[in-house]
Amino acid sequence: MSNLNQTMLEKYRSNFLKEVEANVEEGEWVKMCMQCGVCSGSCPMGPHWAHPPQEIFMMIRAGKREEVLSSDSMWMCTSCYNCIARCPRGLPITHIMHGLATYAKRLGLVPQEQPTAKFAQRFWDNLSKTGRVNELKLGLSLYFMNGFGEGIKTALKMKDVGMGMVKTGRMNPMEILGGHSCKDKAGIQKMLKKAFEIEEGKIAENKMG
Amino acid sequence: MKIGAYVCKGCGIEERLDTVQLASVAKRDGKAAIAKEHEFLCNADGVAMIQNDIDNEGVNRVVIVGCSRRAKTEAFSFEGVAITRANIREGVIWVRPDTDEAQETTQEMADDYVRMGCAEAKHMKIPDASGEQSLNRHILVVGGGVAGMTAAIEAAKAGYKVDLVEKSGQLGGVLGQLYKRVPAKNGLQGPVDTNVEQLVHTVEALSDITVHLNTTVAKTEGAPGRFAVELATESGSTSEVTVGAIIQATGFTPYDINKLPELGGGKSPDVVDQLAFEALAKGAAGGAIKRPSDGKEVKNVVFIQCAGQRSDQKGHLPYCSGHCCTTSIKQAMYVKEAGGDATVLFDDLRTPGAVGEDFYRAGQERGVTFSKGKVSEVQANGSLKVNFTDLILGEETAAEADMVVLATGMVPNSGPDPYAQLELEQAKADGNTDRVATLEASLADAPASILNLDYRQGTDVPHLKHGFTDSHFICFPYETRRTGIYTAGPVRRPMDIGQATEDAVGAALKAIQACENAALGQAAHPRSGDLSFPKFRKEGCTQCKRCTVECPFGAINEDEQRYPQFNESRCRRCGTCMGACPVRVISFDNYSVDTVGQQLKAVDIPDEFSEKPRLLILACENDAYPALDMAGMTHQEISAFARIIPVRCLGSVNTIWVTDALNSGYDGVVLMGCQKGDNYQCHFVKGSEMAHYRMSKIDDTLSQLNLEKERVQTFEVSITDIQRIPKIINDMETLIGEIGMSPFKF
Amino acid sequence: MAKREYSFYPGCSSQSKASSANYLKSTKTICEELDIQLNEIPDWNCCAASIGYAGGGELPRMTLSARNIALSQKHNAGQDIVATCAACWLATRETKERLEHDASILDGANQALGEIGIKVESDIPKTRHMVEVLIEDIGYEAIGSKVKRPLDGLKIAGYVGCQTNRPFGIDGESFENPRYLDKMVETLGATPVEKYDKKVSCCGGALMFSEPEKSQALVKDIIEAAYDGGADMIVTPCPVCQMNVEVYQGHINKTYGTKFNIPVVYYSTLMSVAFGRSAKEAALEGQMIRAKKLEDLAK
Repeated sequence: MSNLNQTMLEKYRSNFLKEVEANVEEGEWVKMCMQCGVCSGSCPMGPHWAHPPQEIFMMIRAGKREEVLSSDSMWMCTSCYNCIARCPRGLPITHIMHGLATYAKRLGLVPQEQPTAKFAQRFWDNLSKTGRVNELKLGLSLYFMNGFGEGIKTALKMKDVGMGMVKTGRMNPMEILGGHSCKDKAGIQKMLKKAFEIEEGKIAENKMG
Repeated sequence: MKIGAYVCKGCGIEERLDTVQLASVAKRDGKAAIAKEHEFLCNADGVAMIQNDIDNEGVNRVVIVGCSRRAKTEAFSFEGVAITRANIREGVIWVRPDTDEAQETTQEMADDYVRMGCAEAKHMKIPDASGEQSLNRHILVVGGGVAGMTAAIEAAKAGYKVDLVEKSGQLGGVLGQLYKRVPAKNGLQGPVDTNVEQLVHTVEALSDITVHLNTTVAKTEGAPGRFAVELATESGSTSEVTVGAIIQATGFTPYDINKLPELGGGKSPDVVDQLAFEALAKGAAGGAIKRPSDGKEVKNVVFIQCAGQRSDQKGHLPYCSGHCCTTSIKQAMYVKEAGGDATVLFDDLRTPGAVGEDFYRAGQERGVTFSKGKVSEVQANGSLKVNFTDLILGEETAAEADMVVLATGMVPNSGPDPYAQLELEQAKADGNTDRVATLEASLADAPASILNLDYRQGTDVPHLKHGFTDSHFICFPYETRRTGIYTAGPVRRPMDIGQATEDAVGAALKAIQACENAALGQAAHPRSGDLSFPKFRKEGCTQCKRCTVECPFGAINEDEQRYPQFNESRCRRCGTCMGACPVRVISFDNYSVDTVGQQLKAVDIPDEFSEKPRLLILACENDAYPALDMAGMTHQEISAFARIIPVRCLGSVNTIWVTDALNSGYDGVVLMGCQKGDNYQCHFVKGSEMAHYRMSKIDDTLSQLNLEKERVQTFEVSITDIQRIPKIINDMETLIGEIGMSPFKF
Repeated sequence: MAKREYSFYPGCSSQSKASSANYLKSTKTICEELDIQLNEIPDWNCCAASIGYAGGGELPRMTLSARNIALSQKHNAGQDIVATCAACWLATRETKERLEHDASILDGANQALGEIGIKVESDIPKTRHMVEVLIEDIGYEAIGSKVKRPLDGLKIAGYVGCQTNRPFGIDGESFENPRYLDKMVETLGATPVEKYDKKVSCCGGALMFSEPEKSQALVKDIIEAAYDGGADMIVTPCPVCQMNVEVYQGHINKTYGTKFNIPVVYYSTLMSVAFGRSAKEAALEGQMIRAKKLEDLAK
């Protein structure tokens, strides 16, 4: 169990809702859910969620901290925003799901081998390196995220797509050698470092609070 | 008497019908002294032509041969004469195909309506007001809560004098017991002050309102415009007031939580109903609420919604009381305000009204926990534990609580059921001792009478369902079954403060209207303005009491010799008494056994071998007849053999009309009235029901005549049955084709 | 018509030889036709898209878009920011809203931007999708007047997808049945598929990479519905939609035994062809599934 997780658990012992309100992006909206279930019925990945958003909100209120944060449900969000468009209470559900996922990651509670969690991290690492996404490297790192053998298999499976993209001028094999980048790469990294520091600072504040 | 018949040729009538023939039918068969055709009867020239005949030719019975009686009523309103309509537009040309084959029967249909119009005119008299009472601008309000006080203030502001009677020692009612209320506007602000003191102050400051505290109504007799009411104080002194109308705003009592032991009711002093929790909150005045058992400050309160209501369990209330979810949210906010935690356990959270949804949000924003859960048990062993099924997470779980509040329902404070009183009287007369015992037991349990009406049909306003008084919820929401007596607030249906306030304003206006109507001798709705009232031939009366028992409005009392006393201003002019009377001594000037009976006899009955049956349709003027008009407007086809007569209410149908029709050779009779029963749509409450009951006994008559019982059928229809009603009539034609023509044709 | 100028945010996928390079090319073509000048934000960076949430969290993610906004204010002052990519538009617009309504985000972002010597000024420019520029600033009528080669006889399913439609959407359109692509198709002389019931359904977005089976099941329904409506091709305003719906058809055919082979084009490609421009200018060579009917027209 991560240190942060232990600290938060102790701090909010009896009140997971308060913990979510203080630490999760848009978390203060959770209490406003009126349990109509429109979000659950509107989610394209609905059938694959162990706990659809409506249920997640109820679980938060019921204090089911461990179950919520270690669930892979929020990682099923495709960011289609259908739940937001339809929620009669105007809850920013998509953002709350993202926020819960991020918070779970911080606390080290993401289920092992959660593919979207891994991909999302690789995406971030990829873009923050140069300020722009390198699609080829991102794709390859993804294929190989489950090990080398698995990677070769996926790469072969994806061969036709890759070849097609190259042929139509929508992928460049040379990107592997460097590729697109912002000019002020160093500045972007400095800027992001600062943003992370500020965000960490907020969490540290909450930890004490 | 001089009949003038006026045939309109407009709206395509001339193209479809031989109007010369219609005029000659009016003269020859209808005995009209004058019969004229006109190109466009409802225009100024046509109307002037008729008026001229009235003024200069002595016409005093006007038969308009043209559109439906529901059309052009302003053009065809002539003073001092009786007017009838022969409906050949909506009733004939618009419901018949424009073909050569149909021409003959269509013309015959129109001819018959001319004969019927003339026959009706001949037997109609011109009604005038009875002059039974004069204008009495004085209203009695029973109940000093928010509804009663509001009604009193509204009536006083309209220039009426008010006597406001309150059983307890102070005004305020339930509103006065609340710590705070749900706001009337802007739900997001949370609970607000009740301002009950201001309301009481306004009542006390208005000189036209006389407040009677510690007072009840000992006796009420009379009728709208002349109610004589005896007021009795706790100390035993009495006084009398004469009022034009009465508003009963006696409110509600919370359902008894002792009947809910599974939810801890009666098992722990810390399980209370909402009103008891208000008292605790009021005592705490914004500080921490202290629980009854040990005075400990409550940190954690669980509110259980739908406690003993919206339940089909025996002894529970089956209905939703409407306010309780919002009330629990309000009380949960009291707890949050004082620093505690509050959980509302609901199945369906219902927050009706303009502020409801925002008020709910305000509760959520302030951190009230809402859980969709069904409570199985409240355990009260020292501390309280609420066991419930979480309906979202699908699991059994429990919540600890310092206090539990049960959101129980509203039980109306109405008087004893007058129908039970009537039934008891009947059971006694029948010598049915078992029934007498049961009824006496149930009446012994009933609350004391509130109005102590000196009415033939019992001491109080009749109940509709679950003890709530009547409300024809679409058309006449404030109306009870006692003309001139209006109920307002939760005695009428479950409601919150805002609704009760609005209700009281409505009731005050209705009460004022009742006084004014009574002074003019005219009917309240649905026959607003009708000056006719029941007249009876005393010498023919057999004192059978059918009219006094069947009147839906309890309008008819009995004198010492058991003859009916009609009390015109209590009467709604439905004619149920006329329909009930076995010896046919009751009639109205403009509506009688003859005005209808002679119409149906005026119809030409072709012989048995003509293949032209005749169907008599008696259609209620409130729903069935407008629906028939709309069928015409939308050109639904109706059998050419139907002859339709509008009636005031199916309750006014005297079985003699049916017998006469069958004896005259009609092949089928169809009665169409409004929906009856608990969800009645009948504009006269019980008229349709009475008609159905009477018609259920018509089989004997039919078998005596050796006729098939399918020849007489009664239907409940609604105003929207524009397709169904023509089909009912056409099906009757088909049926006659199958079972054959009546042998009673001459 | 006076030239209209916008501060342009092309986004990662539109870079040279990236997955929507063809989108950028055809966009440039139509801008020439419609007298639109796109001034690229100098040294713009990735917006982190939606999927960036897990790695970035709230503030670092917002800071990325804040940098683009600050650069736009500095170099393209007074111009609306325009993006062609749905995710770029959404992320930038979302950031604009939070910067405007959440003082702590604004403060944090500016502290981070301080590291590179820039800041978000007040009065953040409007952030718009290219489609908004076309509909609101140019208008269907003006677009129609440029049509030299009407797309007669083509039936096209307007697949709007998610992020140009929710949560912001295009003004005057409903979330459940936005009509702008259909109107555009009509304006260009083709016939839209009426009642295309997967019009606003999700293609899986970034989850196509992490949850390919689940996402491809969604795409299968999107394509099937287009075929059901008799479509010759699908048109979309979003690079992720375009790619997900076009390039996995072979995989889907393998999994489900279907025979999908339907071109998926950008509105800018359609417009370029209708405006009479060459196949090359319409970037038709960028179609992995060739849009033969458009190629024939563009000959």
